[in-house]
Amino acid sequence: MTRFLRRQGWVAGLFALLVFLFVITKLIQPGYGSGDFGSLARAVLPYAFAVAAQTVVVIAGGIDLSVAAMMALTSVTAASMMNGASEEYAFFVVPFVLAMGLVLGALNGFLIVITRVPDIVVTLATLFVLQGAALLVLDAPGGAAAEWLKATVVGTMPIPYLPDWADAWVPKALVLLVVCLFIVWIPLRRSRLGLSIYAIGSNELAAFRSGVPVARTRIVAYALSGLFGALGGLSLTISTGIGAPIPGPYLLASVAAVVLGGVALGGGKGGLLGPIIAVFVLRLVRTDLTLLAIDPNVTAIIEGAIMVAVVMFGAFITIRGRPAGATP
Amino acid sequence: MTNSATLPQPAPFGRRLKRFMADRPIIPLIILLVILVMILQILRPGIVNERWIANTAKFAIPLAILAGCQTMTMLTGGIDLSVGTVATMSAFIMATQIVNQDPAVACVLAMLPALLIGLVNGIGVGVFRVHPLIMTLGTSLIGTGFLQVYQRTVIASGARIPDFLNWLGTGLTYGFPNALFLFVPVAVLIVFTLNRTGFGRLLYAVGDNEHAARLSGVRYWQVVTALYVISSLLAGITGLLYIGLIKAPSLSLAEPLVLPSVAAAVIGGTSIFGGRGGYMGTIIGALILTVLTTLLTILHMPEGGRRILFGFIVLFVTAAYLRIIEDR
Repeated sequence: MTRFLRRQGWVAGLFALLVFLFVITKLIQPGYGSGDFGSLARAVLPYAFAVAAQTVVVIAGGIDLSVAAMMALTSVTAASMMNGASEEYAFFVVPFVLAMGLVLGALNGFLIVITRVPDIVVTLATLFVLQGAALLVLDAPGGAAAEWLKATVVGTMPIPYLPDWADAWVPKALVLLVVCLFIVWIPLRRSRLGLSIYAIGSNELAAFRSGVPVARTRIVAYALSGLFGALGGLSLTISTGIGAPIPGPYLLASVAAVVLGGVALGGGKGGLLGPIIAVFVLRLVRTDLTLLAIDPNVTAIIEGAIMVAVVMFGAFITIRGRPAGATP
Repeated sequence: MTNSATLPQPAPFGRRLKRFMADRPIIPLIILLVILVMILQILRPGIVNERWIANTAKFAIPLAILAGCQTMTMLTGGIDLSVGTVATMSAFIMATQIVNQDPAVACVLAMLPALLIGLVNGIGVGVFRVHPLIMTLGTSLIGTGFLQVYQRTVIASGARIPDFLNWLGTGLTYGFPNALFLFVPVAVLIVFTLNRTGFGRLLYAVGDNEHAARLSGVRYWQVVTALYVISSLLAGITGLLYIGLIKAPSLSLAEPLVLPSVAAAVIGGTSIFGGRGGYMGTIIGALILTVLTTLLTILHMPEGGRRILFGFIVLFVTAAYLRIIEDR
């Protein structure tokens, strides 16, 4: 138990913070119930996928600045493909968009490997490229989403042998999120590939000398990031019913949640659970601010300030944790 | 070097060309600029005349000043993505405050957010060691939030472009745009600062080898804080100039200039990794991008296509410079 707590201390603390925030929410708004939790889960969905995308790359020792642009591109692609098409056509659109995310993500990794330009510059360039491509697909918010897809995030999941009141606290959006993340993450974490991703993040040279195919692993990490980005883009289209070519504030939010979730920005440390809880924390703070009847624009300022503070704190921890005299 | 001096035959042409490009990036850049202008003249015979040149200069100047911000921050291995928001803020505040305030007071009010954002950027990057890209992105989000709140408070009073900014932004004196009255001193100051002052040397030193610079007694955080404040103030001045040119205050006035400003600095030969580059190349880079934009407009390239092109330019040029440096 102590070993578990020591290893998962950060995540456990974060979870306690989340519970604490729920208590506060309940105090501010005594009527806060399962319906509000459902809308929180829906709001979290795109952020959670953005964070998952960022987490994989950060663990591999990189950073992906193109997350938000990737979401915008996949979102407009899905929305414009489903616009005016039949319901069944969406069965083709979803795998197509996911494959697109995978390929574009792999392209990011491929460019980093062959040009040997640092991650931050390559993904900055692909940020421009993907943003431009999103504008080419749709130059203004528009498109549509299939009804059955929209239904996957609305309402709750009926689970057998569970009383109705408990059922009400299991929104479909949450189930979708957990299922999508676990299908990808759990097998990855247990496989050789997952270990390689951690290895190249913690010490690239040591990983290389132990026979880890560094270049291939890096490409795979970026491809997975692209896949999660595409999931995020799809969830945006599904929950809003349209696609918007201008990326939302997902880049900064993803970095902030990664830092808050206990994933070291240097790479090699942390898991997916912490960042996902961190997203819930950040979204719940926003809900609380809204419930306190604060002007939405002021909320945006406070939220931005919190995210910047979190990133500053994370960077501060990183310098303190570094052995004295080490080059940054 | 000694090797090639003793041998009778010169070094291979490709090698010499590369070295030439690395030592004097301005000359190939000017050649590229001339080629672009020639293509323009061929596509639209007669377009290149006195009025066109003045017009190009007018639009290149705000871009060149913002690219100056990027050049200086890139020399230390950083980047300043908040310049767009800062310029927009100062322009918007100027246009709305001039209605009720004395021009001098309005100017001070307009430059205040620039100063604050620069200070926060500098402290975040210098003291807390947040990656400049993340930090400036965060402050630009917060700044946009503040601007939206501010917009509500001034919605009744309306906006006006002061005459002196009109004169500066669009006026001509003997065929020369008046903006040159602002730009020439700014450019001379930047070039002088970078090449002839201690502060400029410190920027190169910090960017070249931060650790060595620290060990030789450079106060890193003071240099970086001063740098980001200067960058932000320059962006604020650009905003004032730009509002005189565009004449329509909006909340996304200078945002479209951010990506080109990064591209201009990169094209101009400033290394995004720090320690190499200068402002003269950046000015030519800004001119190239302005001419390129005209060219793309004539060819009916949509905004999305332009962004994609800028992204590839940044990636390609960075990769090319990396090869040249490795070759030496």
